[in-house]
Amino acid sequence: MSTIRQRTATGVAEARPATRVRSVKTSRRIGFVLKLLAVILATLYALAPVLLILSAALNPANTLVNQSLIPEGATLDNFRSLFNSPQHPWPLWIWNSIKLAGLTALIVVAVSALGAYAISRFRYRGRQAGLLTIILIQLFPNILTVVALFLLLQQIGKVFPFLGLNTHGGLLLIYTGGALGFNTYLMKGYFDTVPRELDESARIDGASNFQTFWHVMLPLVRPILAVIAILTFVATYGDFLLARVMLKSTDQYTLAVGMALFINDQFNQRWGIFAAAALVGALPIVIVFLTLQRQLIGGLTTGSVKG
Amino acid sequence: MLRKPSDPRLSNPKGVSEEGGALERPTTSITDLLVRLGGLAFIDAVALWFAYRLFSNGAAVIGGLVLFITLLVNVIFLFNGLYPWRWLAPGLVLLILMVVYPVVYMVYIAFTNYGDGHLLTKEQVVAQLGTQYFSGEGGATYKWTAFRSDDGRFLIHLEDEQGNTFVASKENGIRPATPELLGGAPVGGELPEQINGYQQLKRLQVLRYLGDLNKLGITGEQGPLRFNSLDSASIQQRRFTYDPATDQLRNNETGKVYTPKDGFFTAPDGERVTPGFAAVVGWRNFARIFTSPEIRQPFLGVFVWTVLFALLSVLTTFSLGLAMAMVLNDKQLPVRGLWRSLIIIPYTIPAFISALIWVGLFNTVHGPINKALESLFGISPDWFSDANLAKIMILAINLWLGFPYMMVICLGALQSIPSDMYEAADLDGAGPIQKFRSLTLPLLLVAVAPLLVGSFAFNFNNFTLIELVTEGNPPDPNGASVAGQTDILISYTYRLAFASGRGTDFGLAAAISLIIFMIVAAITIFNFRLTRRLEEVT
Repeated sequence: MSTIRQRTATGVAEARPATRVRSVKTSRRIGFVLKLLAVILATLYALAPVLLILSAALNPANTLVNQSLIPEGATLDNFRSLFNSPQHPWPLWIWNSIKLAGLTALIVVAVSALGAYAISRFRYRGRQAGLLTIILIQLFPNILTVVALFLLLQQIGKVFPFLGLNTHGGLLLIYTGGALGFNTYLMKGYFDTVPRELDESARIDGASNFQTFWHVMLPLVRPILAVIAILTFVATYGDFLLARVMLKSTDQYTLAVGMALFINDQFNQRWGIFAAAALVGALPIVIVFLTLQRQLIGGLTTGSVKG
Repeated sequence: MLRKPSDPRLSNPKGVSEEGGALERPTTSITDLLVRLGGLAFIDAVALWFAYRLFSNGAAVIGGLVLFITLLVNVIFLFNGLYPWRWLAPGLVLLILMVVYPVVYMVYIAFTNYGDGHLLTKEQVVAQLGTQYFSGEGGATYKWTAFRSDDGRFLIHLEDEQGNTFVASKENGIRPATPELLGGAPVGGELPEQINGYQQLKRLQVLRYLGDLNKLGITGEQGPLRFNSLDSASIQQRRFTYDPATDQLRNNETGKVYTPKDGFFTAPDGERVTPGFAAVVGWRNFARIFTSPEIRQPFLGVFVWTVLFALLSVLTTFSLGLAMAMVLNDKQLPVRGLWRSLIIIPYTIPAFISALIWVGLFNTVHGPINKALESLFGISPDWFSDANLAKIMILAINLWLGFPYMMVICLGALQSIPSDMYEAADLDGAGPIQKFRSLTLPLLLVAVAPLLVGSFAFNFNNFTLIELVTEGNPPDPNGASVAGQTDILISYTYRLAFASGRGTDFGLAAAISLIIFMIVAAITIFNFRLTRRLEEVT
């Protein structure tokens, strides 16, 4: 609301005679103060839980009861116990999450770049239908087929244990399959913006299709490759349902599953360690997002993967 | 991985011609053909081995799928006319196996009774029933003596009530005794201490090996031999006989005949043989959702809350996000970039982490929120036991999670509204509210409406939030359903299929998933329409 008032004030000042200048100035000042207040409040709202978690992580008390904004006798004990808990192998869980998310991102980028190149550059029979199919398939998010995926892995696992339930191989297949369609579509849109003259001139110079793709196309589309890799990584890292259903043993858990089962309503006895784990688990993602804000937001608004 | 030319836009055409100018038409060269055939041969060999293993392990459908995909890959790589598809092949394989097949399989499951009590196929059930035996009147009873070799094998001497003697072993089944088999001792006479290297076991030793003996599975022509006690063993009879021609199951002990019905072998008097098997039951799962009172009631409740939750989530996050965007859009504000980066932080934290953090903060007894409320207003709401409070808490958490995203997209959209429009409105003497309602909001909505619909669809399936915050609790007050009072459709599905503690019902879970799919698909198609129509507008 204050925005509007302020903006009107500016407009009015230009349109009306100068007698009103002083009142316009005060109302502009009031508007400005209100806005600053709103921003500060919103920032506090956004950061309060983060600050509380930070303080809990440093607080040696490890309980929710003793939660305070500034911890007494701050130590890194909670972080240390993350690495010394045989029942709850936090480093392993985080590594599992990073491994799965990283491999998924890598495979998705590679496979969807190949597909997007073909869809963007070749004209062939079935192209339109194929594109439409990809979009339609994407309407069915793979968390909806979780029952079928569970049974599929169960059956495959009887023959190939490394791709069955409770394996990262099986989960990786699910993640990559689920992320491919939409990202191919997203990438194809970006490929379309690269002028065709570039690859045509490469072709005239005798480059094969693959050489054109590798040496001409890929360097030009690096921004979208990065965006898709990061968004896929973040989405996979944050998956809870699929990992929860498919993984059964402690050493296979991802961070999401391990953390949920660790806290399991025992907030009061495990608050400090949980807070330390939350910080360690969230930090990489937060840093990536904040440093690449501008590049990522384009992908975010197209994807609307969250929120 | 990516090579880095100094300046891609300028250097590429020439750079490429120097590095690889020899190949003119890659699809027709001999080496290319050889590489392709070699690669295909390798892929085919691996795939055929996979398919063979799958078939021989009873996963025929997936085996067939692997064969189909292999065939597809071969066709794509053998015909030059299908060249563009070669680029799509890796993605296609993954999509067919991990997306298309599960969708089809899911639709199939929705029409079956697959779930606890019906987990096996009919063939598996018949095979399993084939291992059930009973000690019937027809089965002979024996006195027995066991012999054991040093390497742990057993030889059994049997004598039936008529005085006929037999020698039984795991390897050779049950054979009439001959002096040869008895190591030279006469048939019917005193048993020797050892037979062909097997030592006779004393009663105490036999006691120790009784369990092992039954596990051996010595089987004669009529059925397996069972050691009932130290003195008697008997031949067991198969309880069931299955006749594939009539598709009927006969109980050999009672003579009852069972026919398959609704996933059970069922007798005319309604008696069922367990376990049941997975069978197609038509529209029954869907009919249950709409007619069976113990499912319809919770389903309706869950459905209404799902829609309400998604709608209110979009509304609250968008309102706050828009308000903050309008504030941050003021160029006079100092360090706008910093504020923006700070406010965006909740969005960057993985949702499973922030959801759990908030559960701690909302903790009824020790949580900082309730402590603050206690000291300020003297109240301590029980966020997790009261359904309405739990819903408010979920929406509040989701507001925190979601408003930064809305702020970011609104900021982008606000900046794309040309400022001369506001100047024109000022000239026309429009007030602030009027300008917001008839200028800012409509122009903004054109840009962000598809994203709002997308956000609705996302929250419609926001499993992570619900499961981590309340697990769907508080539970159904009547205790009749697995659906908790804050469950949304997707978490209800999850509970039905995996986590209810009341057994699994894959069929019903798949049916509900299909319904969610219809709703989400409708929303998305509407979204596509909206995008196109709005593009025409602007």
